[in-house]
Amino acid sequence: MCLAIPACIVERLEGEEAMIDAGGVRKRISIALVPEAAVGDYAIVHAGYAISLLDAGEAEKTLALFAAVEGAGA
Amino acid sequence: MRYVDEFRDGTLARGIADRVAHEVRPDRSYRFMEFCGGHTHAIARYGVVDLLPAQVRMIHGPGCPVCVLPVGRIDNAIALALQHRVTLCTYADTLRVPASGKTSLLRAKAAGADVRMVYAASDALRIAREHPQREVVFFAIGFETTTPATALVLLEAERAGLGNFSVFCNHVLTPAAIAAILEAPRGAAAPALDGFVGPAHVSCVIGSAPYEPFAAKYAKPVVIAGFEPLDVMQAVRMLVRQVNEGRHEVENEYTRAVTRGGNARAIAAMAETFEPRPTFEWRGLGEVAGSALRIRDRFRRFDAEARYGIVYRPVPEPKGCECGAILRGAKSPSDCRLFGTVCTPENPVGSCMVSSEGSCAAWYGYGRFRDAARTA
Amino acid sequence: MNAREKAYVRPVDFRDGRVDMSHGAGGRAMAQLVDELFLAALDNPWLRKLNDQACFAPPAGRLVITTDSHVVTPLVFAGGDIGSLSVHGTINDVAMAGARPLYLTAGFILEEGFPLGELRRIVESMAAASREAGVPVVAGDTKVVEKGKGDGVFITTTGVGVVPDGVEISAERARPGDAVLVSGTLGDHGVAILSKRANLDFETPIRSDTAALHGLVAAMVEAAPAIRCLRDPTRGGLAATLNEFAQASGAGFRIRERALPIKPEVHAACEFLGLDPLNVANEGKLVAVCAPDDAAKLLAAMRAHPLGRDAALIGEVVEDPQRFVQMETRLGGWRIVDWLTGEQLPRIC
Repeated sequence: MCLAIPACIVERLEGEEAMIDAGGVRKRISIALVPEAAVGDYAIVHAGYAISLLDAGEAEKTLALFAAVEGAGA
Repeated sequence: MRYVDEFRDGTLARGIADRVAHEVRPDRSYRFMEFCGGHTHAIARYGVVDLLPAQVRMIHGPGCPVCVLPVGRIDNAIALALQHRVTLCTYADTLRVPASGKTSLLRAKAAGADVRMVYAASDALRIAREHPQREVVFFAIGFETTTPATALVLLEAERAGLGNFSVFCNHVLTPAAIAAILEAPRGAAAPALDGFVGPAHVSCVIGSAPYEPFAAKYAKPVVIAGFEPLDVMQAVRMLVRQVNEGRHEVENEYTRAVTRGGNARAIAAMAETFEPRPTFEWRGLGEVAGSALRIRDRFRRFDAEARYGIVYRPVPEPKGCECGAILRGAKSPSDCRLFGTVCTPENPVGSCMVSSEGSCAAWYGYGRFRDAARTA
Repeated sequence: MNAREKAYVRPVDFRDGRVDMSHGAGGRAMAQLVDELFLAALDNPWLRKLNDQACFAPPAGRLVITTDSHVVTPLVFAGGDIGSLSVHGTINDVAMAGARPLYLTAGFILEEGFPLGELRRIVESMAAASREAGVPVVAGDTKVVEKGKGDGVFITTTGVGVVPDGVEISAERARPGDAVLVSGTLGDHGVAILSKRANLDFETPIRSDTAALHGLVAAMVEAAPAIRCLRDPTRGGLAATLNEFAQASGAGFRIRERALPIKPEVHAACEFLGLDPLNVANEGKLVAVCAPDDAAKLLAAMRAHPLGRDAALIGEVVEDPQRFVQMETRLGGWRIVDWLTGEQLPRIC
């Protein structure tokens, strides 16, 4: 459940709102739950609300784990 | 799309698949439940099972808020729209869910009810502001992912002193439901599960910590995973390792969006506006203690249940429907004699067929060719 | 104009005027609207006669006739409007038989109160589409319904065309081994429309692909006269069209997700709304099935046409008594591509 997608904050707007861009699609959403969001950050957006910020460094680490032939935890 | 496409890469998928195949023990099977419909959908839509070794079996859990919403609550929502003549705002997901007497919100709308689809909870508030002469009710459904938005809307309604707005709260809680699956129903054997793929976006909000007591108590590994297919495959790999090593920890594959503590602001907003219900009925699982939220007394005037004196009347599950057993992993969709005959996505009988994320709907819409291949 | 008496004191007020019941009542107001709007925009020798029908000599070959009602919200969208859509949609339905479209008729149902200026823009867009396609609107009708009983404008168009001898295009002709092609990117129209729906309101550079495909079809028929099936994947998208082919032919279909042309922005919008691009409507694309030996030349002919630049070979017809449409996902697994369930609505879960 809980459809949510990562989207880039491209502009902060008044009233704890922001314009986001996801793959060329733009929409006005609420950032009331992640008020620290800055332009350029990626957020996880669900039903018009950003529910968390995406950690780009962690995303890179996860992708590196996918590619690792011998897993680190073995 | 950044942070989406990379997590659907076919080459990486083959790499992970090879590792999983290498790490599973040939002498045992692995039964993992993905709790969330989001995972069920990803597995079905990308054909993830084709890349997993035969020893790994994925069991689709009840994590779809539309599927688990009991029919009686839809009946309540329809009564609000038809009898109380309110403007009922709802996410599109609930519109087609069958209610008692062959009705649904979509059919109530056709019969003249003022039912409006909203994309965000704040849209319902806006509609209330734009139509001060109308009583506007937001039919709120969803897990912890969706609940914070409803909390913010309640706080805003209070701040603005909106007199024509209320919320019909049906928010449910994930950890309680996972525990309920492992608590075998009276007389039934405990479900044979070796671990859980834990929620993605629910965990963005509540964090990974709430699963820790549960992993310890039931000695089941949990790996929180994103909703992309590579996330699911990597989570399976991590679960296989935990099982092989005899561990039962909460691990986090979705570190790019989930922390141990979750979103403090969202948690605070929910705590301010909601409190646990003693019990709540889940379709397929029955009554589950402490598994849902209700609106706190402070916001009573925005609580549609109080405002309209809503009385919940349970509706028995349809005869022959195997959703309960399917949700616990005891049966597969194709074991149900209603599946694909009287129960289809156009005409869902049981909860698992109601939304595309339900296990039966996903099997029907994406995977049923495998049944044909098996019998051929 | 013919000899109809010009007794209108003032011209139709396209700036501030609105449709009222008199515009459909058969009196002078209606005649004036026909003259100053429909005739002025769609002008051709058949309409000019002001008869209740158009007469023409039957051409050689087999006649094709089709009809299509157009209702769309919003009426005007990026890349088109209900006027151009009503011309393209019916031309395409004629063309999918391999036919050359000859004539159109148009029936308008107008809602009382609809601004005449907007109506004029729609009719002029319809006229432009008809001229560009070279298919005249030779007869028409206008009715007005009371306010609240319509949705601005509904347009029904009927098309007549002719199929050259030797061309036999029909859904049941697909057979195992055949190649499956699409003429371009999928889902553009549906996304352009959804982006402007109330409550969804997102911004996207995507424009509707609405276009008349008879030129492309003519080029395809010339390159490969033995094309077996053609259909434009409108409502229900590619998924619906392939399932229709499978049902009609008794065969299964296998496509490859990696081969599907989908614009990144359409992909993104679908992710946003929880939709499958394979279920999303197109108004300027076609799906073709041909014998494997014809596939290369057909694809080349499609790509050589401006409306087929992004054409792609996406899969093949297989033997399957269950008539499943299956897709190899980009992950390397398999799934069914099923009909759309219910109405296409955005999901949050």
